[in-house]
Amino acid sequence: MSLHHITLTINGAVERATVPANLTLLQLLRETLALTGTKNGCAAGECGACTVLLALPGAERGEPVNSCMVLAVECDGAAVVTVEGLAHDHQLDPVQQALLEAGGVQCGFCTPGVLISARALLDRNPRPSEAEIREALVGNLCRCTGYLRIIAGIQAAAQLGAPAGPAA
Amino acid sequence: MLKTHPTPARGPVGESVARLDGQEKVTGAAQFADDIQFGPGLLHARILRSPHAHALIKRIDASRALALPGVRAVVTGEQTPGYIGLYLQDRHIFCRDRVRYIGDPVAGVAAVDEQTAEKALDLIEVEYEPLPAVFDPVAGTRPDAPLLHPDLGQYEAVNFIFPKPNTNISNHFKIRRGDVAGAWAQCAAVVEREYRVPHIQHVPIEPHVAVAKWDEKGKITLWASSQSPFAQRNLIAKALHISQSQIQVVAPYVGGGFGAKAGVSMEALAVVIAGAVKGRPVKLRLTREEEFFTTFVRQGLVARFKLGCDTEGRLLALENTYYWDAGAYTEYGVNMTRAGGYSGTGPYDVPNVSVDSICVYTNHPVGGPMRGFGMPELHAGLEQAMDDLARSIQLDPVEFRRRNCIRGGDTVATGMTMHPTGLPDCIEQAAAAINWGHKAPPSAPTKRRGKGFAIMWKAPAMPPNAGSSARVQFNEDATVTVSVGGQEIGQGTFTVMAQMAAAALGVPYEWVKVAGPVDTDYSPYEWQTVASRLTWSMGNAVKAAALDARRQVLEMVAQAWKENPDDLDIVNGQVISYKTEEARSLKDIVIYGLPNPDGDGWIGGPVLGRGSFMPTYVTGLDAETGQGPRAVVHYTTGAQAVEVEVDLETGKVEVLRGVAAFDVGKAINPEMVKAQMEGGLVQGISTAFFEGLKLKDGRVQNPSFVDYRIATAADAPPQVEAIIVEVAQDDGPWGARGIGEHSMVPTLPAIANAIYDAVGIRMDAPPFSAEKVFMAMRQAGVVQ
Repeated sequence: MSLHHITLTINGAVERATVPANLTLLQLLRETLALTGTKNGCAAGECGACTVLLALPGAERGEPVNSCMVLAVECDGAAVVTVEGLAHDHQLDPVQQALLEAGGVQCGFCTPGVLISARALLDRNPRPSEAEIREALVGNLCRCTGYLRIIAGIQAAAQLGAPAGPAA
Repeated sequence: MLKTHPTPARGPVGESVARLDGQEKVTGAAQFADDIQFGPGLLHARILRSPHAHALIKRIDASRALALPGVRAVVTGEQTPGYIGLYLQDRHIFCRDRVRYIGDPVAGVAAVDEQTAEKALDLIEVEYEPLPAVFDPVAGTRPDAPLLHPDLGQYEAVNFIFPKPNTNISNHFKIRRGDVAGAWAQCAAVVEREYRVPHIQHVPIEPHVAVAKWDEKGKITLWASSQSPFAQRNLIAKALHISQSQIQVVAPYVGGGFGAKAGVSMEALAVVIAGAVKGRPVKLRLTREEEFFTTFVRQGLVARFKLGCDTEGRLLALENTYYWDAGAYTEYGVNMTRAGGYSGTGPYDVPNVSVDSICVYTNHPVGGPMRGFGMPELHAGLEQAMDDLARSIQLDPVEFRRRNCIRGGDTVATGMTMHPTGLPDCIEQAAAAINWGHKAPPSAPTKRRGKGFAIMWKAPAMPPNAGSSARVQFNEDATVTVSVGGQEIGQGTFTVMAQMAAAALGVPYEWVKVAGPVDTDYSPYEWQTVASRLTWSMGNAVKAAALDARRQVLEMVAQAWKENPDDLDIVNGQVISYKTEEARSLKDIVIYGLPNPDGDGWIGGPVLGRGSFMPTYVTGLDAETGQGPRAVVHYTTGAQAVEVEVDLETGKVEVLRGVAAFDVGKAINPEMVKAQMEGGLVQGISTAFFEGLKLKDGRVQNPSFVDYRIATAADAPPQVEAIIVEVAQDDGPWGARGIGEHSMVPTLPAIANAIYDAVGIRMDAPPFSAEKVFMAMRQAGVVQ
């Protein structure tokens, strides 16, 4: 397997890595960098537990992607935000705070992906309708909550406004 | 003078405090089993699985796999002569002479990485001799059916399970009460129905992960996503013929369990493989595909109901037969069958009862515990048949349930006296909340609306003497560490335990933490995190431990202050005297004790409370009649109602509104109780419309999220109302009993009843896909 040198920004910090061509972004995060907040639920792009914000070079802002379906080599020069990068200076992102307060967290395994999808939604649409919130979450499977408190949390986060720090 | 109350009822019990584990779960800091770092010495395991539903293993040759660079070990059934199982020891960790389902583990490989391990699987040669198989539970009971477990008579079983040697029936639970045969003549209406419930899978979003390591002395450490660290230690030790103390199970947060991670499934595989590479940790992580059929699945069910009532709608007789498609091994499933038997009437007062609940081996994936433990499956058909019976005498289905539901003081079908229950209140509240009896107009002329109702009961199903224990200890700053062996699987048990400890001690909730991860070397014993039993059972242990610590503090202070402990109290972290109005912070007391008031030296010392709980009153039941004084510890009861809209053009059913009302005894954390009710209802919706393992000749056709759909955010109804009813449990902490599983039990039949109310059709099996609903409407002439 050929090896590639890549440089990317993860949660604001520059990381350099030498990666085999078949290594996924999810594996880079979890196994190479020990950023284990991003979860592996299916490794097939179907459950959303591994969702991260990915801004390829030149992109204005990050888009939510299933990191299990992106190769690390494609992320050379990109900026990635994971769940570990949502809070700034010990200040939770409004979506983190609101999800907690709404009771939208149970086992917590889907939570990182849900939070990233919610952040991405609010970044591009600060006042989403309930239907838009549901649409934005369709790729994030949750087996515990029944989604209603997650939806309520994102609605509350929209009321709270923009996060404290830069997203990437 | 005020007297202290033995168990202070003050906060935070009954308050919706914030989750103890919330902050770490929203920041990505919460550690799950796959997140633990083992360094470069970690090996990776993969499993070779049977491609046959039923076959003899004639020969295994692993020499080519062992020769592959990077492979460190290959293990087979040769290394696992012992049997394993919770209630019936009917399986080997790796198959030895025979495979019994597609997916049965035949060999395990440890290699430097997953890819190499996967490659090695292809190099293991296995010669099979295929055998005739059983794919239907009713057919499996016939005398000419292929015999799947010729050694059934030799298997070790607990004393409340009754296997039938030389058949495929590993348990047959019976209730015989009253005169069923004579009662039919008295009935004004009799309904007979058959329903089928497909196998489904739990689908926790976190797949199973286990890492095992043996040291040179034979000490085994197992890190696993586990609902049952102590049961795993116990069962694996028995299977390997070693002492329980030789195994340490470390179990961090569980990313969803629903029963899939109870008992032992794939964890034992990791332990055996690691035994071949001592000193090296070995990780086995199931793929999502394996997750769908190689751990536990929920058993399939073929259910036959015969129900009769008089002209007033009073139930006179019930004759139900349940054939459980329990799969290749029924080590856990036998007890689901038992639970389905003793609770087989549903929450109804019926004088004449016959129930047969039959656990049948088939060559299907292994049936195991899943949220509800048999109750969703049997209520699915039962609650539809009850509706049909009510309608057959023109009685409103809710009124029918009012007249017949089980009440405190009734004798249930096993002979036990029903304890006080809020079921009648749940029925009233759910009916009122859904505005029962009023039909709103549909949103379009091509749609029809309907409402449906269902009730339920469920008891914790477990050995009669499943125990809990807890430790409550203070730190220097008077914060409190609670140690328990029950697991946080999302249900919020750590939060609830902290609330109980704080309330019993008299300290703020914020001072209490729960020690994690659960670790069998350090945590006190807990049977398993199953059966919705922790709030009640482990809660009793935590409360006892906190009261023990409180007593130690008060006795110490009483001695120092020369007072009677009865005049002292702990309030908000301070010891106070109601007599002298003296007060002192716990910080000064709980580790270092207090100076001796009579001269030199000190009294007291570090405060460490202990508590345990075990029900002692559950009795055996007669093998032929199912009769006995007390079958179970208690029943949690409840009711659900839904409003649906059926699209006549497509068959698509939308749930517009759901209402759930359950008697939880006492809601320790009301918002978390409501969250359980909501989550369960949506899981119930998911099973009603989407879920079912498609089995063809024993092979699961849809083992992926693309082909096995679960409810998404778009499928959750616009509105769910959760209603808490509180009729105290006599031996529950603050009166509490469990609610985790119950909330999905009545959802599916409530939806089926609502569809019937809307368009007048019944289907004999879920999932109620748009296509199936449309075809049923066409067949019934509802649409052209």
